[in-house]
Amino acid sequence: MPLFSGSVPPLLDKRLLFVTGKGGVGKSTVATALGLVAARRGLRTIVAELASQERIQGLFSENGEGERFREMELKPGLFTISIDPQQAMEEYLRVKAGTLGQALGASRLFQAFAMATPGMRELLSIGKVWELAQLHRRTRGGAPYDLVIVDAPATGHGVGLLRTPRTFADIARVGPIAHQGRTIADTIADPEFTGVVAVATPEEMPINETMALADELARDKLPLDLVVVNGLYPPRFAFDEIAELNDALTKTRSALARSALRAALSEHARAGTQREQRDRLRERVDGRLVELPYVFADHVGLAQLDVLAGVLEEASL
Amino acid sequence: MNVAEMLDGKRVCVCAGSGGVGKTTTSAAIALGMAATGAKVAVVTIDPANRLANALGVEQLENEPRRVEPARLETGTLEVKGELWAMMLDPKRTFDELIDRIAPDPGRAQEIKENRVYRELSTAVSGSQELTAIAKLYELDQEHRFDLLVLDTPPSRNALDFLDAPGRLNAFLEGRALKAFMRPTGLGIRALGRGALPLLGGLRRITGIDLITDLAVFFQLLGDMTSDFSQRAAQVERLLRAPTTAFLLVTSAAREPIDEAIWFGQRLEADGLPFAGVVVNRVHHDLLGDREPREVRRALARVLPPGLAVRVAENFRDYHVLARRDDHNLGRLAGQLDERRLLLVPQLDDDVHDVEGLLRIHRYLFGSQAERERLIDDLVA
Repeated sequence: MPLFSGSVPPLLDKRLLFVTGKGGVGKSTVATALGLVAARRGLRTIVAELASQERIQGLFSENGEGERFREMELKPGLFTISIDPQQAMEEYLRVKAGTLGQALGASRLFQAFAMATPGMRELLSIGKVWELAQLHRRTRGGAPYDLVIVDAPATGHGVGLLRTPRTFADIARVGPIAHQGRTIADTIADPEFTGVVAVATPEEMPINETMALADELARDKLPLDLVVVNGLYPPRFAFDEIAELNDALTKTRSALARSALRAALSEHARAGTQREQRDRLRERVDGRLVELPYVFADHVGLAQLDVLAGVLEEASL
Repeated sequence: MNVAEMLDGKRVCVCAGSGGVGKTTTSAAIALGMAATGAKVAVVTIDPANRLANALGVEQLENEPRRVEPARLETGTLEVKGELWAMMLDPKRTFDELIDRIAPDPGRAQEIKENRVYRELSTAVSGSQELTAIAKLYELDQEHRFDLLVLDTPPSRNALDFLDAPGRLNAFLEGRALKAFMRPTGLGIRALGRGALPLLGGLRRITGIDLITDLAVFFQLLGDMTSDFSQRAAQVERLLRAPTTAFLLVTSAAREPIDEAIWFGQRLEADGLPFAGVVVNRVHHDLLGDREPREVRRALARVLPPGLAVRVAENFRDYHVLARRDDHNLGRLAGQLDERRLLLVPQLDDDVHDVEGLLRIHRYLFGSQAERERLIDDLVA
């Protein structure tokens, strides 16, 4: 099934991907798994976390504690960074305004002003993301990336984030912020350059939110390139086997067998609900949907991420 | 302890937790359970699942609590002696109402609401949901119409946002740092000393004149109202710290939400905020105990055809991985706080989105210690 049509390039041919979704649906997991797929294809890729969540470095905890807010190589070709608005501001000022900028960046009063200005943290964060995606990096010694994947904040804030540059450009009208805001906003609106991936678990609320996100993005003329439904239970039992399980439940005298049978029936019920929810979303997004299986593990580590990346790879993004 | 005991003598219950852990559902179940005990309860929520909103009859955006029709709560299993009210928070409208309330006259309120900085501030900005949720909570508390208010905190990735975001926005509204910039000839800038003027020039060069002008206009409009914001912030702070307020953490048993619950608990303690307990949703209880997985297969083989028995056993093995994970995480959580303040709700067969569903959770939240232990024993046996 072709995922894309027309002139929109395949997902991983873009340079900037925003991965968003409701809290707790596995955005970091999906962002990192996408990063693994890209790196396997030989793309120099970076996964950028916003607002110092520091989850991705945790996913790779085998590599030990990394330095915060620095580009860090997780695997050959796959980097990660945790973006801190304050640090992004200092960097921006240094590049844009030289010594004066440095003085401003060092001023606590200025910092307090900038950090308290509504939307400024978001603008600075997204500005840094934009910088990472440039072929000519501003950061001294920064090599260009083929792909930047952003592990964006929860849905509501996520759309706000994508809108921030345009809003700032509108508010500031003229001057450097307006110019910068417009440049970034144009980049985000360019489907050749930027893609949006929504992650949802197959439950009512995340699915509702994803559908609302699709509407909102459409209103802002931004594309929703792909939806990842994360955490689907495997279809273990056929419909006519359920009667057999119920029957066995009445027959067995073993408490352990009863527990196992109840667990099976319970998972079957959940799996059914999950598929109903997935189908609701699939209809809304015209099949631009990829499924990831539930990970039965202590936590999602490198081994599990490799498996998920394999599933994404097969979906030929 | 059950929820009724945790909330005994409380007037406000703040349900906090990271995203995707069932916070909205838990808030509704708590409100329903407390209403059943005879209290007049209002639950304030943002964006519940459509079906839950329908079930409670709060799909209309009125930004005021509405009584859930008693007929909707009649299920035959739980008698609701009190009243359940519910509202869906509209952050933009709450912000507008706040401006209406503290503006010196309607004309000024109108000007502020039309200001572009304000429009941005009251909608897009992170923190506005949190700030308005607290503002609404405070307002409802002042009206003394309810015995108990249950606040479902806005969805965010990080539970701590709820404590931090309003402060950031408030700091801006109070304009502590800004006032100095906004009055270039005023005392503020002189007090800053010689460094201030080039700083101001630099700020203009970096941000653009118009942004500064817009902000200046915004703060001129706010004028003395900034002190009202400070005053309100202080009152809200007092409300959150009051002995009649309870913070209830909601989490699932997975690793990250438990980590956040632990941090949040520590933060509440450090900040001197009243902590009531933790509700852990979607717990996978250990069904195997000290028996061998082999025994599962043997027992199943007696009642199922071989192929099916293998798949049931595989499902059980996968379930057990989650049970071990949950057990480990619950152990970490219990190590950090009073174990009696931990309420466990098992993984249910279906999402909860109606009154019947809320009642299924009710037993795990409001049952006595013995009743709750029996429920879990039944699961395991």
